[in-house]
Parts: sequence; C-alpha cells; structure tokens
Amino acid sequence: MLDKNGIAKRIAQELKDGYYVNLGIGIPTLVANYIPEGMDITFQSENGMLGMGPFPVEGEEDADLINAGKQTVTILEGGSYFDSATSFAMIRGEHVDLTVLGAMEVSETGDIANWKIPGKMVKGMGGAMDLVASAKNIIVAMQHVNKAGESKLLPKCSLPLTGVGCVKRIVTELAVFDVTENGFKLIERAPGVSVEEIQKATEGKLIVDGEIPEMKI
Amino acid sequence: MNKVVKNADEAIQGLEDNMTIILGGFGLCGIPENSIAALVKKGVKGLTCISNNAGVDGFGLGLLLQQHQIKKMISSYVGENAEFERQLLSGELEVELIPQGTLAERCRAGAAGIPAFFTPAGYATEVADGKEVREFHGKMYVMEHWLKADFAIIKAWKGDTHGNLIFRKTTRNFNMPMAGAGKITIAEVEELVPAGELDPDQIHTPGIFVKRIFQGEKFEKRIEQRTVRPK
Repeated sequence: MLDKNGIAKRIAQELKDGYYVNLGIGIPTLVANYIPEGMDITFQSENGMLGMGPFPVEGEEDADLINAGKQTVTILEGGSYFDSATSFAMIRGEHVDLTVLGAMEVSETGDIANWKIPGKMVKGMGGAMDLVASAKNIIVAMQHVNKAGESKLLPKCSLPLTGVGCVKRIVTELAVFDVTENGFKLIERAPGVSVEEIQKATEGKLIVDGEIPEMKI
Repeated sequence: MNKVVKNADEAIQGLEDNMTIILGGFGLCGIPENSIAALVKKGVKGLTCISNNAGVDGFGLGLLLQQHQIKKMISSYVGENAEFERQLLSGELEVELIPQGTLAERCRAGAAGIPAFFTPAGYATEVADGKEVREFHGKMYVMEHWLKADFAIIKAWKGDTHGNLIFRKTTRNFNMPMAGAGKITIAEVEELVPAGELDPDQIHTPGIFVKRIFQGEKFEKRIEQRTVRPK
C-alpha cells in the first residue's frame, strides 16, 4: 500500500518532458517533489503564473507572489505572470497538458465530485470546474476509501458533480486505474496489495484483464 | 485627462447603499485595501460584492462582512472566514458560487461589451441549472452572461495620472479582467506618477478602463498562508 508520497511518486511517472502541468491542493501538490531527473516540467498556478517554483526561504516571502492555495511561492527562470482570464484561457483552451487533482468521489464513467457536501459549509469550487471541463488529461489522486471506509470509486457519484466524463486515470494508495467505456480498468497494483483487496474496496465496475503488474516505485 | 482623486474617500464618492461592486484580488493578494477601508468608514450597506474570495476575519472583505455591509457575495471560493460562515448559515448573507474561470471571463466580458459566451465549465452540474446549453464541435457548453457593476475597484502597483496601470507579480489576477467592468472603475496604486513617466510598452491595463485613480495611503499586504522552506 502507498502513502501520500507514494501516490505522488507514481503520478510523477506520468509526466513527460515539456509538459505544462496544473497541480491541485493536497496530494497533487506533492507530485512536484518527484519530477524525474532531467525532465523539463512547467507548473501552472491558476491565480496567474507559469514556472512556479518552491516556497521561498524565510525572509524572502513576497505578499504579491502566491500560488492558487494562497501560499507564498517563488517563480523559476523563464516563468511568467498573467491575469485570471488569461490563466483560464490556457486551461479552457487545452494548452495545459496535465491536470492532477483530488476527489471525494469518481464514477466508473469518469464523473468527478470534489467541491460540495450537502449539509456542510460549502466553500466553493474555485477553479476545479474549469479545470475538469477542459483538461485533455486529468489524473485523480486520492485515497481509495473515505473516512467512513466507503469506496470512493463508485458506479455513480452521490455528491454534487464537479464535471462529467472527464477523469482519465486514478491513482490511489491501492492501485492505478484507467476510466474506460466499461468501467475502472485495473492497470497496476500497489506493492503488496492483491487484486481481491482492490476489488473489495471498489464499488464501481472493476475490469481485471489478465495478470495485473505491481507498480514500480 | 487628469483622473486623480485625493484619496480613497473621494474615490468612492457616489457609491451608495444596495449597489453592486466588483473587487479585484485573489485571496488577500492584490486587494484594494484602501478602498475597502473607506467603504467600512462610509458604512454603505446592502452591497452585492463580486470578488473571487471574501477575505478573512478582520481583513479584506472580512472587514465589510464584520459590519454587515454585504448582502450578497458572488465568488468562486469563500473558505477561511468564520464570520462569513456564521452569516451564511444564519441566512443574513446570500452567496452565489461561480467557477473561477467563468467568473474571470464574465468580468472580462462585462468590460469588453460581450453580453454572453459559452464555456464547458459546469456543464451537467448544478452550476448549469436553468442556463442554456449548446453543443459545439461535439462538446457541450453552458451559456454565461457578462458581469457589470456600479463600481469596479481594483489595485495596481504603479499608475499614472491618465489611469494607465502596471501590476506586480501575481497581483494581476482578477484586477486586470475587472478593469472597466464597472460604470466607474477605481484604481488604487502603490505609486502614482505623472503621465509620461511609465513606458507605454510596459502598461498592462490602458487608462481608458479607469475613471478614478489614487495613491493608497498605506498597504499592509497581509499574507494569508506564509510558507517557507529551510535556508
């Protein structure tokens, strides 16, 4: 089974040289720590920056330079700043190559719910709806089950949707899945996790085709 | 062509109860803090505020919330504000949540004279309820309308007496698309210079979108999430 960093490491294997990538808050943010050696990746922050760098060293924080999580950050050489309308032109216009975000639920048809729990204080969707409606390539990084132990990979989402038919790939602590026409296709198992365990934790339709390899982390 | 007003109090002249105002910034980054302070001082009530976020307790739009001056918020994300949550749950405050890219584009459209446009964001979600949807090139889109307001209030780094603006780093955010989306657009700047001092090649927002400009008295520029790495 993987921890949060393990999930991030596995997702980092999806990166390709030259990619522009938008990382959501939570586990997705950790992906930036595992960029393969020698690969040139540019991170987009939807509040208005390409080439987002690490947090500043103490004393060099700048109130005018934050990321979409409102954290102080830095910009790397070759980066650029722009306004919110231009930022979402990059996103809607499919110029961002990969979006990684968290989810509360994903359906076997690729629907995603990650912004609202009825009865709880709703904070808003931020840029999530624009991102999932537009990205060519969306990977969901999440825990396989919720705090109550219920599967988050479902036949149909029960929570209000963020987007429909958009998720391409899911990485959880147990496995990697592709969303296909026929359901969640099991691609890889996490180290030490059996197909049976994955099946048990997956409520939506699971497709197991032949031997399922263990991930190489 | 002199658009300069003395201070924030003069800039918000004519901004009355029950008006709709558009305010720039992302979180607390690049917010028009001097104008917000003037609105608190003036005590205008029943405001509809269009802003990506709603500030925090004790700063930004949180100051207007504290004084019960806001009737309705139109935003994409309103977390991190206990007073906001209290007023929302008690029914004192109305909220409309809009996807962030849609919010930016609706403001830009308002300033650009485009009454509506189609976006894929929110299709088949509750955001699209009651809205026209249409298929283009095999994909479904939702029709969204422009946003306009009585006042748009934005913040820039440098400005000149003609209203030309230059922004610094990630403070461009909503400040740029919101310029011109109000009947009156107010720009508060950290440094105001005579026309001719800014290089025309470096202007981000041309002065035509700005009606009133002033140099803010004081910028606290509070940081919401101070994150650092070891030296």
